[in-house]
Amino acid sequence: MDKIINNVDCIVIGAGPSGIAAAITVARSGKKVILIDRSEYPGSKNMYGGAVYKRALEELFCDDIQNMPYERIINDHTWAFLNDEGVFNISYNNPADSNAFAIKRFDLDSWMVNIAKKEGVYYIPSTLVTSLIIKDKKVVGIKTELEEYFAPVTIIANGANTILLGQAGLRKKDLEPKDVILTIKETLKLDKKTIEDRFNLKEDGTTGKNMLFFGSDFGNLKQYNNLFMMTFLFTFKDTIMLGVGCNLEDLKKNKLNINYILDEVKKHPVISQLIKDTKSIEYSAHIIPEGGFYDMPKLVSDGVMVAGDAAGFINGVHFEGTNFALISGKLAGETALDAIEKNDFSKNMLNNYIKRLEKSFIFKDLYTYRNVINLLHKRANSISVYYPNKIKEFFEIITGANNISKSQQYRKFLTNFIKERNILELFKDAFCALRCALDMLFGK
Amino acid sequence: MRLRYAFWEIITMNDDKNKKSIQDKLANIKYNCDSKSHLILDQEKCKNCKEKTCTFICPANVYEYNEQLDEITVVYENCLECGACKLVCEKKSIEWHWPKASCGVVFKNS
Ligand SMILES: Cc1cc2nc3c(=O)[nH]c(=O)nc-3n(C[C@H](O)[C@H](O)[C@H](O)COP(=O)(O)OP(=O)(O)OC[C@H]3O[C@@H](n4cnc5c(N)ncnc54)[C@H](O)[C@@H]3O)c2cc1C
Ligand code: SF4
Ligand code: SF4
Repeated sequence: MDKIINNVDCIVIGAGPSGIAAAITVARSGKKVILIDRSEYPGSKNMYGGAVYKRALEELFCDDIQNMPYERIINDHTWAFLNDEGVFNISYNNPADSNAFAIKRFDLDSWMVNIAKKEGVYYIPSTLVTSLIIKDKKVVGIKTELEEYFAPVTIIANGANTILLGQAGLRKKDLEPKDVILTIKETLKLDKKTIEDRFNLKEDGTTGKNMLFFGSDFGNLKQYNNLFMMTFLFTFKDTIMLGVGCNLEDLKKNKLNINYILDEVKKHPVISQLIKDTKSIEYSAHIIPEGGFYDMPKLVSDGVMVAGDAAGFINGVHFEGTNFALISGKLAGETALDAIEKNDFSKNMLNNYIKRLEKSFIFKDLYTYRNVINLLHKRANSISVYYPNKIKEFFEIITGANNISKSQQYRKFLTNFIKERNILELFKDAFCALRCALDMLFGK
Repeated sequence: MRLRYAFWEIITMNDDKNKKSIQDKLANIKYNCDSKSHLILDQEKCKNCKEKTCTFICPANVYEYNEQLDEITVVYENCLECGACKLVCEKKSIEWHWPKASCGVVFKNS
């Protein structure tokens, strides 16, 4: 490779949504930027749940998003509690809505990388960044397996695994298991027509379903009563994405393998019907950093900024991550441009990145949700076991014409509710709910 | 005593089933295998590790305890590159690297 591309204006590590957004932003002002990724094909190292959001995409790709090779628009959302036999759910369905798109990472990342290349980004695939080059405490470039690249500013956008950050002293401690959700997913093949019939979707791809399930009190998972876990399902064109996430500390404590959880979920009477006759074609795993607001690495230092998952920008409660990644990448790119303009790459100058983040929804949302995951995790038994069962009891009264007077049953339900549940636990649940509600209302 | 034995039996049975299930799922994945492991263990630390957390946490069942050798075998070829093992190993025995560029797992449908 020629010398010119080894000396550039800006280096971006990682071609996920955050890195691509950063690189495009820099290239659009005519600056020389390289985007390095370890994968041979864009997206071939990446997995996620399944949907990207229009607003963030529009901000970067404008009208181009009409050409995005998505599979379905996701506009039918369900939140559900699984009990041992059934499910209680709330749905919101608006077939006219088109804010979320189901698309595989391979297709999404390839599409974005192609646009980036057209806009002048120099994309370098099949290249692993092994370390940062640091001189006088400034990041001045990067080392790959074969060579070195130099730039006055580097943007680290290489996802949730934090090795590079540790090396650069941007992260003192590694992620702790309690702040990490381990997720796995299976891509389940089923013919298009059957998916449409089963989930009541239109043929033209303008409708699609996303389901989130709480609850762990079924099958062999009954023996664990404190698992903080979530199951997700997305409908694609001729596949269904089914995955589970569980707090890593909970898995460790219970000596539990996450695939065991997924297999139990697949056997649940309700889920098993949804995935009937499907064939598993891919299995993938990833971690989600959930430390959020309190567990961010240093976001800037001399000559370097951190964006996307690497910075812990993710909202696990709502499955939002790609939007945080795209916008944080864009803001890092803008800050890099300012720095290039002023020829000042000091930490002071790059602190403008943090100022930009503070003004955006990213810091505001991270702040609003700063306690939520932790609070929910502490009440894992309530969310995964106790309330799903209470809901079941309640609906058995409503739906079971069992020749006992309803009023008598309601009274029994209420007295049981208070008797069975230790008052302290009830109080803690109420406190948790109140704290979450207050945080939402009085967040930023 | 009998009861405890039965309980243990169930656990190992589930464990074997789970391993088989993982094997089946891994069979669908495309890998470009490297000739060298990207996961390096300090086997001395592992000898003193009671929990052997890596052997049950990994979603690809990469680590297995070999009782005869008192060693952990590492089937790095199956790694899904999630990074969980490094985070749960309390003895910090795992030196975790990315696989060489273009090596390792290749996802097309995720
Ligand atoms: C199970 C799961 C479900 C999710 N569901 C959703 C969802 O439905 N919607 C949503 O918006 N978000 C979702 N997210 C979150 C979302 O996937 C992430 O927030 C987002 O992908 C982060 O983007 P990123 O660019 O920061 O990192 P990544 O997308 O992880 O990209 C990092 C890139 O860096 C490359 N890389 C890593 N290390 C190196 C290195 N040393 N050298 C060179 N290249 C390197 C990798 O190959 C990769 O391409 C989900 C996440 C998970 C795990
Ligand atoms: S790698 Fe870590 S968890 Fe696994 S046996 Fe060794 S010390 Fe224990
Ligand atoms: S990175 Fe994930 S898949 Fe690979 S060995 Fe570690 S836990 Fe297993």
